[in-house]
Amino acid sequence: MPVQLFAALASVALLGVVIELIRARKLRERYALLWLGTAGVILVFAVWRSGLHELSRALGVAYPPNALFVLAMLFVLVLLLHFSTVISKLSDRTTTLTQRFALMDERLRELEGEPRRVLRDVSSDQEPEPVTELFR
Amino acid sequence: MTQAVALTAADARRERPRCLAIVPAYNEEASIAGVVLDLQAFDPELEVLVVDDGSSDATAACADEAGARVLPLPLNLGIGGAVQAGYMYAFERGFDVAVQVDGDGQHDARELARLLEPVLAGRADLAIGTRFSGPRSYRAPLARRIGIGMFAVLVSLRVRQRMTDTTSGFRAVNGRGIRLFAADYPHDYPEVEAVVTAARGNLRVCEVPVLMRPRAAGRSSITAFRSFYYVVKVLLALFVGLFPRQPVLPD
Repeated sequence: MPVQLFAALASVALLGVVIELIRARKLRERYALLWLGTAGVILVFAVWRSGLHELSRALGVAYPPNALFVLAMLFVLVLLLHFSTVISKLSDRTTTLTQRFALMDERLRELEGEPRRVLRDVSSDQEPEPVTELFR
Repeated sequence: MTQAVALTAADARRERPRCLAIVPAYNEEASIAGVVLDLQAFDPELEVLVVDDGSSDATAACADEAGARVLPLPLNLGIGGAVQAGYMYAFERGFDVAVQVDGDGQHDARELARLLEPVLAGRADLAIGTRFSGPRSYRAPLARRIGIGMFAVLVSLRVRQRMTDTTSGFRAVNGRGIRLFAADYPHDYPEVEAVVTAARGNLRVCEVPVLMRPRAAGRSSITAFRSFYYVVKVLLALFVGLFPRQPVLPD
């Protein structure tokens, strides 16, 4: 069955990429576990056909591979929601760091009595997009 | 830390409370110098802190030239983050009172005495300058009036006190307010939510009718596109915020 073959190959590829990312220390373990779990579940059901049939019957899905994709989709949705909370947390931390930096910078200049010279990263000079702030 | 000691000694000699004016500004080079000069003309003892929210124009230089202390944020945080940085500064330096004045020139420094009165007299921890109550009211465009009115009703219910203009950014707080806002201040469009934060922190809030001017320069950050986000965000904050995110600071 080509769809199951495709799913099996895709999940093996995903496993490989995740393991390589962990090896190269580009992926933190807590996210790696989520992705390993996803790839593992897809792989198991792609290979274990009777299990997938049982599952699709239980879910009331007529075409078994669809049950697989529904599961994968749900997992991705949960993962995206999780990333939104991570982004929110990161932007809160960026805010705090920026404030603390500005306060320390001000105090340092005051202590050194230096005239103010503001050098700024030009890339940050664009109008901020409110999009990421929707997740706060 | 000899300097801090020296400051405290100087304060002890001085009778009046140390007051900081927090002026958040984002690309306000055309109006910021006028705002700073107005504040200094109102009271030369007032320390003026311009929080430059990552402007790409000469806002910081203009404010510096006008004699203000400038806190330049390396990134644009939005008004909430900028104002909170100002409150953090006020808290660290031990100011007794802080006033919040917009950098666009719509808040008249001559109204400061009226705004500060309930805070200095100890009748309120947070005083909000309002454009609507009192004899000298202001007429905003219809859509904005509806939005402001809706927030006023909801916030009034939420804080169990009649509020008429919760979107005003013209405010004065005492040390308790500085302490609370330095630790917990809302993001994005913070004015409405900050009233709820204050109520949750058991601050005594009052409104003071003041006169405001039209903007001296620049345009409102609230475009038609963002109005929708503003309304949804504040409504979410009001209703979801019924359950506190985090425990409020004890005294």
